Amino acid sequence: MSDQDRRGPVGSRVDAVADGVRSFVSTSDARLLLVFALTLYGLFTVVSVLLGYNFNGIVDTLRRITFLSGVYAILVLALNVQWGYAGLFNIGVAGFMAVGVYTMAILSSPTTNTFPGLGLPLPIGIVGGVLAATVLGLLAALPALRLRGDYLAIVTLAMAEIVRRVFRSPVFQEFSIGSVQLGTGGSRGMNLPENPIRTLFYQNPGEAGSPPNGLGSALFDAASAAGIEPSVVEGWVYATMLVVAVGLVYWLLRRVGNSPFGRVLKAVREDEVVARALGKDTRLFKVKAFAVGCALMGLGGILWRLSGGYVSTTMFQPIYTFYVFVALIIGGAGSNTGSILGGAAFASLLFEGPNFVRRIVTGYVDVGAAPNSLYDAIAALGGLDLTPLVAYSLSDVNVSALRLVLLGVVLIYLIQNRPEGLLGHRKEVASPIDLTDRGTEEGDG
Amino acid sequence: MTERESGWGLLGAAGARPLVAILWLVGLAFLAHLGWLLYSGGLGTVTLAGYLWEGTILGMSYGLAGVGLAMTYSILSFANFAHGDLVTSGAISGWIAAFLVAGLGDFSIRSLVHLGGPYTLNTNTLGLSVTNAPLAIVAGLVVAAAFTAVLAVAIDRIVFRPMRDQSGIALLIASVGVALALRYLLVFGLQAGPRGLTAGQVTPSVAIPIGVGSISVGAHEITLVVVAALLMLATHVVLRYTKLGTAMRAMADNEDLARVTGIPTERVVLTTWLLGGALTGAAGFLVALERGTLSMSLGWDLLLLIFAAVILGGIGSVYGAMVGGVIIGISSRLSLVWLPESLVVVAAFLVMITVLLVRPSGIMGGVRTA
Repeated sequence: MSDQDRRGPVGSRVDAVADGVRSFVSTSDARLLLVFALTLYGLFTVVSVLLGYNFNGIVDTLRRITFLSGVYAILVLALNVQWGYAGLFNIGVAGFMAVGVYTMAILSSPTTNTFPGLGLPLPIGIVGGVLAATVLGLLAALPALRLRGDYLAIVTLAMAEIVRRVFRSPVFQEFSIGSVQLGTGGSRGMNLPENPIRTLFYQNPGEAGSPPNGLGSALFDAASAAGIEPSVVEGWVYATMLVVAVGLVYWLLRRVGNSPFGRVLKAVREDEVVARALGKDTRLFKVKAFAVGCALMGLGGILWRLSGGYVSTTMFQPIYTFYVFVALIIGGAGSNTGSILGGAAFASLLFEGPNFVRRIVTGYVDVGAAPNSLYDAIAALGGLDLTPLVAYSLSDVNVSALRLVLLGVVLIYLIQNRPEGLLGHRKEVASPIDLTDRGTEEGDG
Repeated sequence: MTERESGWGLLGAAGARPLVAILWLVGLAFLAHLGWLLYSGGLGTVTLAGYLWEGTILGMSYGLAGVGLAMTYSILSFANFAHGDLVTSGAISGWIAAFLVAGLGDFSIRSLVHLGGPYTLNTNTLGLSVTNAPLAIVAGLVVAAAFTAVLAVAIDRIVFRPMRDQSGIALLIASVGVALALRYLLVFGLQAGPRGLTAGQVTPSVAIPIGVGSISVGAHEITLVVVAALLMLATHVVLRYTKLGTAMRAMADNEDLARVTGIPTERVVLTTWLLGGALTGAAGFLVALERGTLSMSLGWDLLLLIFAAVILGGIGSVYGAMVGGVIIGISSRLSLVWLPESLVVVAAFLVMITVLLVRPSGIMGGVRTA
């Protein structure tokens, strides 16, 4: 008989996974992602070379955009479950991230920290953080069931602000339950458990000057031969882990999306009344989708902060929610592939891009010293001198401000002109087979 | 409700909506505790009077800022997240005008236009206050209202008008974009960092004796409360007794019907933005006057509290916004009896969420007055 019988169930499962990967790689979505990633890497390599970075610097730039793209991809995928699939308008993303990160921190931070945690192993902390975000999501989903879209928006934003203010409050800066000392650090923030990548490579990962272990020194030696510093190697390993996590989340959501559960969700989004008329308890489906999204937001937050080793409440201001929203709208709500593309495009081009532009322009063109104020810059226009205005616009703080203006303008432009996102209408159909075009496979992601 | 149930009266109602009954009980428990604290001397009457007065000031600012939001919410049916940054724009434009009126000749224009900012500007020498320079304050108030009205109309033309046929959510997302662009344009133009306006000056105040002590009532606080009350009264008159007000209420009720009846809906929308924008700008100016300082995130920080006021009063109800504002203001100060300062806002947001859950039409019973 066939190979399958001889190799047993495990072998056939491996075969199935391999088939899945093969069929995925051959889809247009995979090619799209690959081409996009290569284009971004190419672009940022050129940018780094223009800025005169050495090889280490170039590799580090690429690491940074990989890291940020990965973080935003996970967050956008999570939001896409809620908004793209179930049509739930959640603008409290930052709050769910904060709950994930802080719960993880309280569970897993060493008891010896200034603001101590319980010192449990990191995996328990991560699972706990994700669960806490899920529970808060379930709580928030109660209003989601009965409220109009705009009310839900206000409730979720208020919830995120409540979370942030509670973590920030001096009341919880240091507190104790029984004899156990805990703390969120209040406005001072708190240190997180050791970056898990460091524990792979160092003998005493907790110490700054710890010597690397066997694996670490082997890898660092190989890298330093190519001129790459150990910190960049660590960062790349972390970023790679993040990309794997994005892949897993993507795979999970694809499975969910194509399951009967996902089809009901899509039906809810298309027409909730019809879905209910067909006997589906649409409210339950919405709650589940909301909870799944919140869990992933918690995970995204944890993976984001764990690399930095530090968290404070300023990292969860509402603006971060809007970042994720812009990224989702760029990619196109309702599309998982679009979510990843949107996350990467936002993080590398909109978020990081303006600063690189500033550095290149100021590096190649001498615009002179920036005037003290916009008034002076505009006054110089009277003498037809544009350079003070340019210099003013290109100063460090002003580029940061203009970047956010740009973000607002992009948001308005997209919602007015391309509400379906860059990828166009890529909503997956609710039916298991594509009823509009029977000739092609359903390959939307 | 059936005969039998109605016979049960309050108890029947409590059985029908247990959550509401529980909330009433919780509210009563708080009041009872407050009464006990007053009786037993755990809370002095002076402290209580202080909370009530501070709460009224806060509430008037939330209410006045909320009226404009309630107007656009009822007429255009979307939650305008750029409203907070309209408040900031109003405050900044008004205060630049007030600085120019008060300080031109004595100070350089560049320092006045930037409200100090990168330049040194001694606000004590400038001496802006209601009693010292009433003209500058009035000029500032007028400019704040006018500028914000025009700004609101301009934003409507560029952003919201092309989207009239789109859903409330699409408009909401666009308004988030407007909020970001507006706030960071202000930061770009004036640079971040809080500015002192009237802070550090001695403004006249009267001490009102309460029992054994007294609470101090400042000139700027009185200005805020009185002007806000007058503006709200004027809004009431406009909505209630003018043709425009009738048209606005008709549109809030049913836009299609209004258009069929011959109401020029676009013109009503324009007037709504003008009126709402003017009130919002004035609110921003007055809030900054009372606080004595101004930051670029003034309005954004107020936004959720303004929403809380508007929701509590019933979204779209202008009178509701006023009442809701005062309730949120007073209850947030009063909650200091039980809560530390850092969690007061948290309590206000919780109240807002609860109201949305239990009674989304607001405590005013969902009368959409305009």
